[in-house]
Amino acid sequence: MISAFFIFNQKGEVLISRLYRTDFKRSIADVFRIQVVSNSDVRSPIITLGSTSFFHVRINNLYVVAVTKNNANAALVFEFCYRFINIAKSYFGKIDEESVKNNFVLIYELIDEINDFGYPQNSEIDTLKSYITTESVVSSAIAAEESSKITTQATGATSWRRGDVKYKKNEAFVDVIEIVNLSMSAKGTVLRADVDGHIQMRAYLSGTPECKFGLNDKLVIDKSERGIGDAVELDDCRFHQCVRLNDFDATRTISFIPPDGEFELMRYRSTSNVKLPLRVIPTVNEIGTTQVAYTVTVKANFNNKLSATNVVLRIPTPLNTTTVDCKVATGKAKYVPAENVVVWKIPRIQGGSECTFTGTASLTSTTTRQVWARPPIDVDFQVLMFTASGLIVRFLKVFEKSNYQSVKWVRYLTKASGSYQIRF
Amino acid sequence: MANAGQDAKFFQRGKIEELRAELQAAETKDKKYLKRKTALKKVVANITMGNDMSPLFTDVVQCLGTPLLEIKKMVYLFLVSYGRSKPDQIHLVIPNFLQDCNDRNPLIRALAIRTMSYIPIPVVTDALTEPLRHCLKDRDPYVRKTAAICVVKLYTADPRRAERGGFVEMLRDLMLDSNATVVANAVAALSEIGDRHDGVIFKLNLATANKLLTALGESSELVTLLTFDLLADSVHRWGQIYILDSLLRYVPERHADAELMAERIVVQLQHANSAVVLTTIKALLYLMNYMENRRLIDYCCKKMGPPLVTLLSSGPEVQYVALRNILLIIQRRPAVLKNDVKVFFCKYNDPIYVKLAKLEIMYRLARAENASEVLAELQEYASEVDVDFVRKAVRSIGRLAIKVEESADNCIQALLGLIETKVSYVVQETVIVTKDIFRRYPGKYEGIIPKLCENLDLLDEPESKAAMIWVLGQFSDRIDNSDELLDDLLYTFLDESVEVQLALLTAAVKLFIYKSKSDTTKELVHKVLKWATEDVDNPDLRDRGFMYWRMLAVNPAVAGEIVLAEKPAITTDSDRMDRGALDQLLLHTGTLGSIYHKNPETFIRNAAGKALIDSPALNTHSRAALVPLPRPQLPPAAINIPGPGPSEPRIDEAHISADDTPATESAPPAPPAPSSSNFSKEADISSDHDDGDDDEPPRAADPYSNLDGAFGNYLQDEPRPMAAGNQQANRHGDLDDLLF
Repeated sequence: MISAFFIFNQKGEVLISRLYRTDFKRSIADVFRIQVVSNSDVRSPIITLGSTSFFHVRINNLYVVAVTKNNANAALVFEFCYRFINIAKSYFGKIDEESVKNNFVLIYELIDEINDFGYPQNSEIDTLKSYITTESVVSSAIAAEESSKITTQATGATSWRRGDVKYKKNEAFVDVIEIVNLSMSAKGTVLRADVDGHIQMRAYLSGTPECKFGLNDKLVIDKSERGIGDAVELDDCRFHQCVRLNDFDATRTISFIPPDGEFELMRYRSTSNVKLPLRVIPTVNEIGTTQVAYTVTVKANFNNKLSATNVVLRIPTPLNTTTVDCKVATGKAKYVPAENVVVWKIPRIQGGSECTFTGTASLTSTTTRQVWARPPIDVDFQVLMFTASGLIVRFLKVFEKSNYQSVKWVRYLTKASGSYQIRF
Repeated sequence: MANAGQDAKFFQRGKIEELRAELQAAETKDKKYLKRKTALKKVVANITMGNDMSPLFTDVVQCLGTPLLEIKKMVYLFLVSYGRSKPDQIHLVIPNFLQDCNDRNPLIRALAIRTMSYIPIPVVTDALTEPLRHCLKDRDPYVRKTAAICVVKLYTADPRRAERGGFVEMLRDLMLDSNATVVANAVAALSEIGDRHDGVIFKLNLATANKLLTALGESSELVTLLTFDLLADSVHRWGQIYILDSLLRYVPERHADAELMAERIVVQLQHANSAVVLTTIKALLYLMNYMENRRLIDYCCKKMGPPLVTLLSSGPEVQYVALRNILLIIQRRPAVLKNDVKVFFCKYNDPIYVKLAKLEIMYRLARAENASEVLAELQEYASEVDVDFVRKAVRSIGRLAIKVEESADNCIQALLGLIETKVSYVVQETVIVTKDIFRRYPGKYEGIIPKLCENLDLLDEPESKAAMIWVLGQFSDRIDNSDELLDDLLYTFLDESVEVQLALLTAAVKLFIYKSKSDTTKELVHKVLKWATEDVDNPDLRDRGFMYWRMLAVNPAVAGEIVLAEKPAITTDSDRMDRGALDQLLLHTGTLGSIYHKNPETFIRNAAGKALIDSPALNTHSRAALVPLPRPQLPPAAINIPGPGPSEPRIDEAHISADDTPATESAPPAPPAPSSSNFSKEADISSDHDDGDDDEPPRAADPYSNLDGAFGNYLQDEPRPMAAGNQQANRHGDLDDLLF
């Protein structure tokens, strides 16, 4: 199990150091500093020296590090680091050197609570917030009763929810967010296209609501109803711990008692019939050794009532580029020498329309005959009210003892960031 | 939502004296204890920065009198850091601890025993024994779950005391607790105790295992029978991992028991936590060894694939863990992901460790049907920036040619294209793999030899040089100017590495046998033999020199027959990682052992080894391949284990290629990645298709399917633990024990 937990800044200074076990001294941190922080070419998130292993996750300007001395469950160690990062974000709004330094006492309290002797313990944010707070608490002031409630929640059946939640207006917001991954070959064939979806829910519901959630999932629809045309095939679904997995397995219904507030209800993956919102057609010609000519066209392949926003194309240029002459009718295109790319930003593309970039990169002559690797063009964008998988929410029902009315809102968003790549 | 703290200002080095003065000043006129809080925060900040704050012991302890929980927690943190070093003063705080152990508030009771058990010195342990006994039976589950972990802390500090005190039995009782979180922690504690060499043996019988499954909270009967508010406690996700992990301590006696259990846990695959998913897969793979029902086994395999692929959308670190495990799983259960090669294509911005792991999986999943897609990807990677990644991509193209006959033509075309780049390391890799292709498809591709010869000047690494020299020697009858080329290469004979020298020696002998009429070759071979036997210190080289010399002197004709004997072509016989070894390694799914593809007891001191346990339900083929548990001790520093070893790559390379140089053609017919030949062949034969669950192409199709096959001898960047005593470790002295 985890023997020690550290947070380092970029200079390798220790911001948090907690030894859960006596098999290390604090100076073990120096080893990590030498092996990872001051090493410019770290080629693994896990480093094992003798019997000691360092697991690290980089986030902003920090290293979150767990050290073990046994055959630790690597997935568990990383999940714990991710979990810590999420808790910190929720408590402090962000996680970086400043927020860690500003809250170091609280962080010690948290990591004492969520990990005991190297074993991760209950780490549901909602529960933690009920007894580890930023306000000063007089120890005798927490009534024993109140604490019993907390402890029951921290160890109990619905560790993710307090029993006494009350809202004037009962509302539930569902956000279906899809990230499209695309890899397209230079010939325009789709090498891989898939969707990582997650359904984010914000539940502001009183009491202990029992929710049922329905999607146009192919397996459900095949089973129950006469053909609703566009059922979606999900390759894999994973759920928040509140969802009853056996129900899902047996009948494909998603039923659960939601945590209070925001949480990720489910994640899914889809690979069939992925609708690619943007089609990019690049033509790139190397003219002799001194020029590269570009024509890049982007077509919006969706309903013309919708539009893609914040579209950013990164079009790579050779390393020895001096200037790029850019011509665009829509948006702005600019050569960024530090990254060797032309960044073309388009605030909005209406469905069905297209825009074109033309440009010429001038190159300095070089003596080395290194071939240009031609990294892919990368596109970031967002399309509201569109799902690349075709998934839609068919219903969300809320049942509660007091039988209140509740309002439900659903939003869809498809986006790409750093994973929508077109080779040329 | 951010109740942003403002504590950064305390984050500065303080002097002991100043801090002491501040703490003492705070004892008077301290409204709302603000002064103490500030002073203590400074102390905690200094502990973090590594300043020794232990001289402040008595001053800090004074603060325990304040009723503020925040202050108490800071003092306790101080005690956890320095308590051990103050055995003579710790008695000062024992009364406070004991008082807290009896607090009405369960959170305080738990905090007290948790903190006490972090200070493993006899004074504290003595005082802890009684309260801990009470807390293990506390009416509050939070206290019980904390107490369960305290037992393992106590056991670590003083195993015999914990046993005498009856704490292990109490933990056993907690396994039947009504609260699932308590059960999970008890299981975690018992597992750790059971893994100790001096610990109590921890095994599960069917009844207990089933009880634990109920604690997973997903038992189907329960869900359908009970409404949600009557639902039995279900355990938090970490607890599920502890419980799933412990299922490997249960040895099924009947097929039906294993099958039922697998059916019950398969649903856990839908969990959002990667550690739950991988641990569930570990348990399923384990149970499959005891299962008979083919359809259920296939069903489980089918269920495992999608969650594994989904792990690839997690953070890169978890992706890496998943990929290294997938590589093992698909060797044992090819059905799991056989149609999914595309998801392993690298993204341009994947971290290098993810790319390298994906590359290996792509190679393993390549078949005739997808070879062209895989080849197109590999060609793409061959033009990337990272040298090591490019090298492995080029190697993979060569390996693909050998593995999938249908793709060989296209692979050769791709390799020829790569030679055109004239990039030194690309060309060198190409030469290395081409040599193997010649051996795999004799008489088919020798036409490209002239192309290779054009680039002799670019070869400056031993492995590629040796490969090229082998080609020159082997085909010297077809290369008109082979004698000239070899003669050129011989100029630097005495400066070359042994690997190259051996290759040159053999090549010269072959040349002579082919062209014994020519005076130049006579001269040439004589020169080399003389060097090898007189001017070189390496005994292998000298001995081989003498051997050739005598053979040629006694009977040149027979010498020719021996040296140019029909080479066993790189056969299509498989030497994939032995099934028994794989079965054993898969018991470590998700752990460090699965990242390095090594059994943990071989690289972690005191790590517990695992082995399948024989039982009437163990299927015959798993039994045939059974690997008994090795002795629980770390072998001496220089370990020589089959597979990508922890030793330095250089040594390994030299070692392996010495076996593999052309000169030993008469040696065993091992294909170029020979390390796994150490595995027993008998097991291999019997394991074939036995239980039919290996829905795979005949093994014969993949000569490189052994564990370390994908990149051959090229071990750069191979994930491996750094053994104590290697260069990096040496900088810090004895790193095997990083106790500073």
